[in-house]
Amino acid sequence: MNLMPAIALDPIKQFQVTKWLDLKLGNIDISFTNASGFMLLGVVLVITFFGMASRKGELVPSRLQSVAELGYGFIADMVRSAAGEEGLKFFPFVFTLFFFIFFANMIGMVPYAFTTTSHIIVTGALALTVILMVIVVGLMKNGLGFFKLFAPSGAPWYIYIILTPIEIISFLARPLTLGLRLFANMLAGHIMLKLFAGFVVALIGAGAVYVPIAALAFGMGVALNALEFLVAGLQAYVFAILTCVYLNDALHADHH
Amino acid sequence: MILAFLAETAVPGAEAAFPPFETWHMPSQLFWLAVLFTALYLALSRYILPKMSDTIEKRANRVASDLDEAARLNNQATEAQKALELRLAQARAKARDTAEKAREKTEAELASETARVDADLAKKLETADARISKLRADAMTNVEQIAVDTADAMIARFGVRASPADLRKAVSAALEQA
Repeated sequence: MNLMPAIALDPIKQFQVTKWLDLKLGNIDISFTNASGFMLLGVVLVITFFGMASRKGELVPSRLQSVAELGYGFIADMVRSAAGEEGLKFFPFVFTLFFFIFFANMIGMVPYAFTTTSHIIVTGALALTVILMVIVVGLMKNGLGFFKLFAPSGAPWYIYIILTPIEIISFLARPLTLGLRLFANMLAGHIMLKLFAGFVVALIGAGAVYVPIAALAFGMGVALNALEFLVAGLQAYVFAILTCVYLNDALHADHH
Repeated sequence: MILAFLAETAVPGAEAAFPPFETWHMPSQLFWLAVLFTALYLALSRYILPKMSDTIEKRANRVASDLDEAARLNNQATEAQKALELRLAQARAKARDTAEKAREKTEAELASETARVDADLAKKLETADARISKLRADAMTNVEQIAVDTADAMIARFGVRASPADLRKAVSAALEQA
C-alpha cells in the first residue's frame, strides 16, 4: 500500500515539544516552548475572560458576566458540596485548577494547537501539588489525627489489618491516578483523533475503492471530536472534584 | 488491512522517543507551569474572584432588600386600606347620624308648627263661636223686640192697647213656652 509520508500522519507528532526561545536558569533549561506558549495562551484567555466579565460588576449581569458567574457558582457549589463550608477557603485554588485545565483541554481541541495537559509532567505536577496541599492542610488541621484517615472508625479490629494497608495504598495511588487520568485521557483522545483523520487522507490517497471506508473513518472522526469535547470538560471537572474530595479528607480526617 | 494501516501509520519508525516521556523539556515545563499557574492563581484570587463574589453578594443583598421593601410597602398598603375602610365606616355612621338628626329636627318643627296652627285655629274658632253666640243672642233679642212689636201691632188692630212692659212679659212667657 502506497502511504503518504509518515510525518504527516504520525499521531505522536502533535505532542512534540519545540523550543520557541532558548532560556537558561543556571544549568537548567527553561526554554520557552510551544507547550509554554499554549499554556500562556490558556492563562491569558482565562484572565481575559473572567477579567472582562467581572470588570463592570453589574447587578443585572451582561451575557458574558452571566456565563462567568455561572462558572463561579458551579465551582463554588462543587467545593461546598464536596468539601463543606470549610473547603471554601480553597475555592480560589480549585477555581484556578479547573479553569486552567479546562482552557488547556479546550485549546487542545483546536487543530494544530498544542495540548498542555497531554504531558504527564504537567498533569503529574498538578496532581502532586494537590496531594501535597492535602497533606499539609491535613497535618495542620488535625495534627497526627490526620493519619486516622488510614483507619476509618467503626470496623472490627481484625478488619484493620487488611483495611489500613488498603487505605494507605489508595492514598499513595491518588497523585498517580489523578495525574495519569488526565494525561492518558488527553493523550489517547488526541491520538485517536489524529489517527482517524489520517485514515481519511491515506485511504483516499490509496485509491477510489477505499473512499467508502474513508467516509466511515471521517464519520468516526466527527463522532470522536464530539466525544473529545465532552472528555475535555469532564476531565477538568473530575480533576477539580477529586481535589475537593481529597481536601474534604484533609479537613475532616477525624470523621471519615 | 486497516490494522496493517494502523501499524504503519501509528509507529513513527525511527523517529524520536515518545514526546511526553522525553526528559529534556521537563524542567522547562515545570518552570513555566509553576510561573503561569501561580500567576493565574494570583490574578484570580486577588483581583477577579473577590470582585465577582462582591458582585454576587451585592446582588443577593439588593434582592433581599428589595424583597424587604416590597413586603414593607405591601404592609403599608394593607394598613392604608384598613384605615380607609375604618374612615369609610366612620363617615357612613356620621352620615346616618346627620340624616337622623335632620329628620328629627324636621319632625319637631313640623310638630310645633302643627301645634301652633292648631292653636291658632282653635283661637279663631273660639272667636267665631263667641261671635256666633253673640249674634244669636242679639238675634234672639231682636226676635223678642220683633215679637213685641208684632204683638203690639196685632192687638192695636183689635183696638187694644197694652203697655210695652206687659207686652214684653207676655212675649217672654210665650218664648219660654215655645
